[in-house]
Amino acid sequence: MAVITYREALNQALREEMVRDDRVFIIGEEVGEYDGAYKVTKGLLDDFGEWRVRDAPIAELGFAGLGVGAAMVGLRPVVEFMTWNFALLAIDQVINSAAKMHQMSGGAYNVPIVFRGPGGAALQLAAQHSQVPDPWYAYAPGLKVCAPATPADAKGLLKSAIRDNDPIVFVEGELLYNLKDEVPEGDHVTPIGVAEIKRPGSDVSIIAHSKMVHQSLTAAEKLAREDGIEAEVVDLRTLRPLDVDTVVASVRRTNRAVVVEEGWPMCNVGAQVVDDIQRDAFDDLDAPIARVSGLDVPMPYARNLEKVVFPNADHIVKAVRHACYRD
Amino acid sequence: MATKVVMAQLSPTMEEGKLLEWKVQEGDSVSQGDVVAEIETDKANMDVEAMGEGVLRKILVQAGETVPVGALIGIIAAPDESIDDLLASATPATDGAPPAAPAEVAVGTETPSPAGGAATEVAQPPADGRVKASPVARRIAAESGIDLGAITGSGPGGRVVKADVEAALAGSAPAPAPTPAAGAPATPEPATPIAPAAAPATIPSAAPPPAPPAALTARVEEASQMRKAIARRLAESIGPVPHFFLTTEIDMGRALALRGELNQRWPDGKIGVNDLLLKATAEALSRHPEVNASWGGDSIVYHGSVDLGIAVAIDGGLITPVLRDASRKGLRQISLEARALIERARARDLAPEEYQGSTFSVSNLGMYEIDQFTAIINPPESGILAVGATIEKPVVVDGEVVVRKRMRVTMSCDHRVVDGATGASFLGTFKAMLENPLEMIL
Amino acid sequence: MSHEGDAEPKMHGDEPGDHPRPGRGTGNGRPVLETVEVGTDFLGLSVKESRELLRLLILSRRFEEKTAEAYQMGKIGGFCHLYIGQEAVAVGAISPLRDDDYVITAYRDHAQILVRGATPNAVMAELYGRVDGTSGGLGGSMHLFDKANNFLGGHGIVGSHLPLAVGVGYAIRYREGDQVCLCFFGDSVVNIGSFHEAMNMAARWQLPVVFLLENNAYGMGTDIRRVAAAGELIERACSYVGMEAITVDGMDVLAVRQATEEAIGRARSEKLPTYIEARCYRYMGHSMADPSHGTYRTKEELELWQADDPILDFRRKMIDAGRITAEEVTAMDREIIEIVEASAEFAEQSPFPDPAAIYEHVYSDEYPDDIARRDRWR
Repeated sequence: MAVITYREALNQALREEMVRDDRVFIIGEEVGEYDGAYKVTKGLLDDFGEWRVRDAPIAELGFAGLGVGAAMVGLRPVVEFMTWNFALLAIDQVINSAAKMHQMSGGAYNVPIVFRGPGGAALQLAAQHSQVPDPWYAYAPGLKVCAPATPADAKGLLKSAIRDNDPIVFVEGELLYNLKDEVPEGDHVTPIGVAEIKRPGSDVSIIAHSKMVHQSLTAAEKLAREDGIEAEVVDLRTLRPLDVDTVVASVRRTNRAVVVEEGWPMCNVGAQVVDDIQRDAFDDLDAPIARVSGLDVPMPYARNLEKVVFPNADHIVKAVRHACYRD
Repeated sequence: MATKVVMAQLSPTMEEGKLLEWKVQEGDSVSQGDVVAEIETDKANMDVEAMGEGVLRKILVQAGETVPVGALIGIIAAPDESIDDLLASATPATDGAPPAAPAEVAVGTETPSPAGGAATEVAQPPADGRVKASPVARRIAAESGIDLGAITGSGPGGRVVKADVEAALAGSAPAPAPTPAAGAPATPEPATPIAPAAAPATIPSAAPPPAPPAALTARVEEASQMRKAIARRLAESIGPVPHFFLTTEIDMGRALALRGELNQRWPDGKIGVNDLLLKATAEALSRHPEVNASWGGDSIVYHGSVDLGIAVAIDGGLITPVLRDASRKGLRQISLEARALIERARARDLAPEEYQGSTFSVSNLGMYEIDQFTAIINPPESGILAVGATIEKPVVVDGEVVVRKRMRVTMSCDHRVVDGATGASFLGTFKAMLENPLEMIL
Repeated sequence: MSHEGDAEPKMHGDEPGDHPRPGRGTGNGRPVLETVEVGTDFLGLSVKESRELLRLLILSRRFEEKTAEAYQMGKIGGFCHLYIGQEAVAVGAISPLRDDDYVITAYRDHAQILVRGATPNAVMAELYGRVDGTSGGLGGSMHLFDKANNFLGGHGIVGSHLPLAVGVGYAIRYREGDQVCLCFFGDSVVNIGSFHEAMNMAARWQLPVVFLLENNAYGMGTDIRRVAAAGELIERACSYVGMEAITVDGMDVLAVRQATEEAIGRARSEKLPTYIEARCYRYMGHSMADPSHGTYRTKEELELWQADDPILDFRRKMIDAGRITAEEVTAMDREIIEIVEASAEFAEQSPFPDPAAIYEHVYSDEYPDDIARRDRWR
């Protein structure tokens, strides 16, 4: 298997799907001549031309809506938001147009579109550029929300998303773009709505997605080393639909759960995971479910403060110890 | 002016107290600072001093009653002063029943506490009688028929967690009889209470013998949930496991002599008879690996280490902490580890991995002056040794009748794994070890 | 502001709320302003074609009258925005389209979908929230869709569907097709960001979209002049290079048709977008829940516009030109009334949608099990 970056994996997925299906086109700010603000679309303009790789004006609402309209009449747009922070300008199109079209048209018009871009904190980007968008979209029926943690999943899920017949919110990790890992060659497709156990364990289930999968894996190794606790790390990969079965099966084995998420704690995806666990695995719990999330503040700029806000492996270790009655 | 005598809060954690004794009677004069009563808190017995002067006009709580902290228990006032208002405000005392001891806790406590202390040793349930337990602990307990209220919770705030229930379950599985703590001599000696305030342990003391019941009473007492679980588990064992039994008598003279010598050389510790038994068992098993095995349905599983289960009586049941890799350990280490395990078992402080996965068990009822008994195998083990008391008795040695210290041991064998000759061979080695104890020390 | 119309009387003077009879040229000299001179030959339409325009006008009117009645009887719920008074715009603009062209509009969409070809039965059943409705009862008044006729909705958020129209135009050019997307919107849209974002992209990439502003002068109860910093709404097109702009009398079906035909031709052959302002008037309140006049406009203003009713006007022209007789119009009207009555009867008889199918159309794929199991108390 080739070892490539998360960024290259996304680029491969886009290129392969554009070759595979000439209805696929990309629109967004800086996606063409500039090769993408984060170089995810590098080289695509040269190979596919401006109608398939369209540099958009800074008008998120407008080009997101353009994508929805094009999707309604049969194209398969990939709308890139330079970051999901800017997509707030376009959330009307994502929610009011894309997510609802199929239902309010009585099934007449589906919207095969992918809205993608990086989410979450990077490094000292401060309050308006560090947000985790996942729960805003996972809330809306009609959308599917993916948040891959690894290069292989980034590629496999993006290919699935482009082939999907419904609107997809695809949240990449800004801090993951340089992450290198093995990615299967060829037509590697990861199913939407299927979580994956990234590390098996018997003592506690750590449920995470995107960047937090890596923090969780680090925490799991530390726990094994220092506490003899074998943590199972479940990577949700897709937030909506949520693979409740895999989560619940894991918790049934371990009797304990720690739910980890980068974003704010109030009403986040983890809150939903906790609900699903208590509903379907109540009688399997041996401890209250612990949650780790970002602090409930707009992201401050100062480096030390940002570190305080961002959840890390040590926080997860503490939460796991608590859930295991070992603190 | 009238002065209240109340159930004082005498410890930070005290929520209620039992009135043990009034030191003055109604009508007696008291001065400020006089001790008027003795009460039992959750920690100790304490004196209650008068907060004012006068006559103890009224005793509201009788000896033996338990009332919440702050409850009015007596009134001190001038001889002719009206205390009607205070009387009217008095909280009715409980009528002598032990408080906050739900029925399911009391059931299964073999020996009734003389003064309502039934629940002191088991989990302290909240005042509303609800037992805090994790959902999975509740589920396993319900499925196994174990009474959560009888389990001490090790989780936060005394929450009963999965490990606690598993410990209770595991404890119910092995031999039907308790064994003494490591180091307990073969001759009977009283069990040491774990804490002064503890209710009488269910391990009956051999001396003095338990007092006979005042009168024989025909009664039906519901079995505790734990007792039911024990019954079921053991029935499961005797059902599918084809037991047979081998008994031998062992001369313990040399072993006891050796023990005395060893203990003289080890002032910091004490080798018990039990330790000798464990050592001999481990050595014999290492020489008879075919006994250190389990029936696997279609196969026989031979275990790579000798992990000895030690049957320990605890309140309301028993548990078998596991002495790991016993065949590779010396007597001193076995003694230290076994003692620690047994103490922690009694304190209900064992982690699941400390009472699960034994390969062979030893159960000793010698301290109860039982000469001989048979134990039931703790699956999936294929054998258990039931050890009786060492007693002096006449035996014929070389044609002469002499008095020797003899101990009878019965081995229960799973016939699917251990045949008669195999078991006999193992038991022979075990006997030889004890009769020539230098063998096992080598 | 100067609004020299024909000999129309002014109603309030040169103040917000002043809305002289538009459509005959605003005469303020700005280059984008242009009016359509409608000839006397009915734009070359055959008698049959012109009769069809009249039929569509009457159908739109009678259908909305029945809708109002049904709403008042509680048969129709929610927000219900009637089109009465503006019929000439929908009929004039949609009638010249090809079948493979696209139409998209906002929430005042009953007439558009009917003119585009949906059956009154299906539309009325949708208003009734029944299974035989255009969206099976899932969309309602504001969300009418008809895929067979390339009618793309039915959108309830002011301005949000303009970028969608641009996307349709993008897809047409992407496929190198020659269709056109006709996009209706109301006057309040000219102040929202999506309007400009859509205009900008359509002009920059030369997309075949006809933006048709139905300027009925009021965004709900707010006179557009009170909130728009523009002399004329059509001036908004000045910003976009290549964007043709034209103002027409929205009460004149032929004027609307002529302007739209020209715009369609430009879109089809030159891939250029056009911005048409059709000045019109709704007789009813913003929705069924609002008064037709009172707080924000006068009865006199309403009556002035009603005096120049687009249907009566076109009927007179048709009769004057000998294209139809008054008796034939009466017969046509009677037939339409029967059709509309039948649609209400059809809707009444149509079953309510099956609650068991509640998740059926949330996704085009199967509804994810994990979400459904959270709603287990239904």
